[in-house]
Amino acid sequence: MNRKHRVPLAAAAGIAAAALAVAACSSSSSPSSTPPSSSGSALQASAPGITPTSILVGSHQPLTGPAAPGYSEIAPAANAYFQYVNAHGGVFGRKITYRYLDDGYNPTNTVSVVRQLVLQNNVYAIFNGLGTPTHLNVVNFLNSSKVPDVFVASGCDCWNDPSKYPETFGYQLDYIREGKILGSYVKQHFKGKKIGYFYQNDEFGQDGVKGLDYEVPASQVVAREAYNVLATNPAQEVGGLVAKMKAAGVQVVVSFSIPAFTALLRLTGLTLSYSPTLVVSDVGSDPITLSGLLNTFAKKSGSFGSSLIQGIITDGYLPSLGDASNSWITLFKTVHDTYIPKLPFDGNVLYGESVGYAFVQAMLKAGRNPTRQDLVNALNAGNFPQGASVAPYAYASGSHDGITGAYIAVIKNGVLVQQGDVLVTDVTATGAVTPYMTAQSAAPATGVPSP
Amino acid sequence: MTLLRHLAAAIVVAGLLMLLSIKVDAFRDYQLAQVAYYAIAAAGLTVLIGLSGQVSIGHGAFMFIGAYTAALMLLHLHWALAAVLAASAVVAAVAGGIVGVAAARLRGPYLAGATLLLAVALPSITSRWQGVFGGDQGLGVTVNTPGFLGSTFPPTRWLAWLGFACALITFVLLANVRHSRIGRSWRALRDDEVAAALSGLNVARLQVLAFVVSSACAGLGGAMLALVNSSATPGTFTLTLSIQLLTAAILGGLGSLAGAVWGSLVLVYLAPYITNVATSQGLSSSVGANIPIVVYGAVLILVMLLFPGGIQGGLRRLFGSAAPAAAVPFSFFRREAPATDNQKEGTS
Repeated sequence: MNRKHRVPLAAAAGIAAAALAVAACSSSSSPSSTPPSSSGSALQASAPGITPTSILVGSHQPLTGPAAPGYSEIAPAANAYFQYVNAHGGVFGRKITYRYLDDGYNPTNTVSVVRQLVLQNNVYAIFNGLGTPTHLNVVNFLNSSKVPDVFVASGCDCWNDPSKYPETFGYQLDYIREGKILGSYVKQHFKGKKIGYFYQNDEFGQDGVKGLDYEVPASQVVAREAYNVLATNPAQEVGGLVAKMKAAGVQVVVSFSIPAFTALLRLTGLTLSYSPTLVVSDVGSDPITLSGLLNTFAKKSGSFGSSLIQGIITDGYLPSLGDASNSWITLFKTVHDTYIPKLPFDGNVLYGESVGYAFVQAMLKAGRNPTRQDLVNALNAGNFPQGASVAPYAYASGSHDGITGAYIAVIKNGVLVQQGDVLVTDVTATGAVTPYMTAQSAAPATGVPSP
Repeated sequence: MTLLRHLAAAIVVAGLLMLLSIKVDAFRDYQLAQVAYYAIAAAGLTVLIGLSGQVSIGHGAFMFIGAYTAALMLLHLHWALAAVLAASAVVAAVAGGIVGVAAARLRGPYLAGATLLLAVALPSITSRWQGVFGGDQGLGVTVNTPGFLGSTFPPTRWLAWLGFACALITFVLLANVRHSRIGRSWRALRDDEVAAALSGLNVARLQVLAFVVSSACAGLGGAMLALVNSSATPGTFTLTLSIQLLTAAILGGLGSLAGAVWGSLVLVYLAPYITNVATSQGLSSSVGANIPIVVYGAVLILVMLLFPGGIQGGLRRLFGSAAPAAAVPFSFFRREAPATDNQKEGTS
């Protein structure tokens, strides 16, 4: 029986590779904190995580792993804004301590780190937990433990379910509304043209397509191509889909894709000498991220990437980074330059600071000595002040969606240039897409919202 | 006699674990519950690989089946929790039996590949039948702490106790199977299928049985996982989970039940521990976040180099108890392509 010794190496190599894969996916975490300092008078420890001098909030964030590029800037940016607030008197005198742990975008790790934050660190709330598949794994736990779960960093409409998830609130424009807003623009500006959808085959892409279908006439849509985000060969996957759209004569491609796939879509078009008009969802169109990816994928440098994204149509629910005179951009640039100068001032940092601002607003509304329920009540009460977002929030007892609208924008010279008015809508099939004419108020001079 | 000895040991361990769970805080209880469900599933896997010599790198699929069975039953039927857990194990065992019949025809890397496919493909049925499985959102699972413990009893401690109970029952049963005729037959066919068949063992039936036992454990582990996570979502049952189970079994020492516990302890405690050390040393978040990954890799390599028999094998070597198991665990690598003749004999 000497034939026994042949298989071992292959099998052993397989196991070793598997072990390495586990190692690469294993959990890790990274807290960030500012030491509490004493100030304030009649303040009490009114809830877990709240002391007379500090507020402890927690989050799960992809600091390592596939979603880390770009997204790992969000929590440091929110924390930078908290440090700014702490340096300017805090929230009713309390300083915010933001403890965000790495889940590597792996849902199993999300479960562990969120348990640690809630059960061991006793955080007051989970704030801005990032990702749809990751956060879906903890939303039941947070709601059954009655821990406020505010401003989830995902545009899934699933967070808007007040009867099932009373503690959970979205933040950014959800993908259904975004689909409707992009769809209404496409319907108006590309009459009679052949439209193709290119989208991620999960809740993100499907919600987007749902919104698009509410607006774009079905007769115009000649191709619906879904990509698998976990495809082993993404370039090949995208290549096949783009070839199909070219063959179908698609003139306008509407894309609900993450940045890497937007870049592949654009590059494949270049290879096939096929250049349809591109309409791309907000999450997949940050100009700085996109041009960087295009340069990396094509092994080019300089203006190659930025020239390829010129003219892409997208939408924005926060002020444009290119608008240097905007008071919000000025404020957030100051905070960025003071606390996190090493990070690029891009869409992710803008997002992190904006959602940090919204949290401070919510804490101020929750009152001087808030319980956990007070934070939820403050959002359920509605009339939540608009802050850095260009459109109002939907927060009310019957709606836990966040931002309700956006403006259409075109990428010009690496920044978003607003086209026309801010548009708002709802998540229903019949709700109209209407202009929102109220001008956005300027950022407060102090940089901190007033109670 | 063996049964009595195992039972007595289990009762002592149960008492110690209950004391431990009362001493620690809620998060530690949660971690103990995590160790319990990993250990249950890893024990089943270690029996499959280490005793019967069949490799599965897709055991997460059976955990998936157990988790969704438990979630669906808790949602739609009002059975006692014990019945739900038992049913989850049974449903996973049936699935394991079906896979086992196919698996009995495959060997080594081919079998591993087939189980891998299962782990990758199965969770996608949740988006195919969203109405039943809840799509990407999955199903919520609510467990109420029984009334006799009082309203202030921490829910995570109850979950830890449930996990201990399931784990101890599993371990007692597996330990007995291991020492029984079946366990000896498994070892015989692991070491040499042809010789086992010649000695009159029904190779195919024994292999299917090993799959059934092992997937029943994975199903029970999966059900516990759903209870502990308070949800069953497809995102939990990634390939990573299957590979973590395999890692736990190999790190602990293939074929050793105690090894399954060691492996599970490493899975649950290593990363948070290293992170705490890293951050208390004042490392920046970008460095600190990556250190646990490095340490984990280093631990895997070191254990494999120093203790090829896993942690349990290493302990045995250091403290010189019974036969060193160092060589045994890897015997499955030595297996050859299917011996078709005796295979046919076995199934007929």
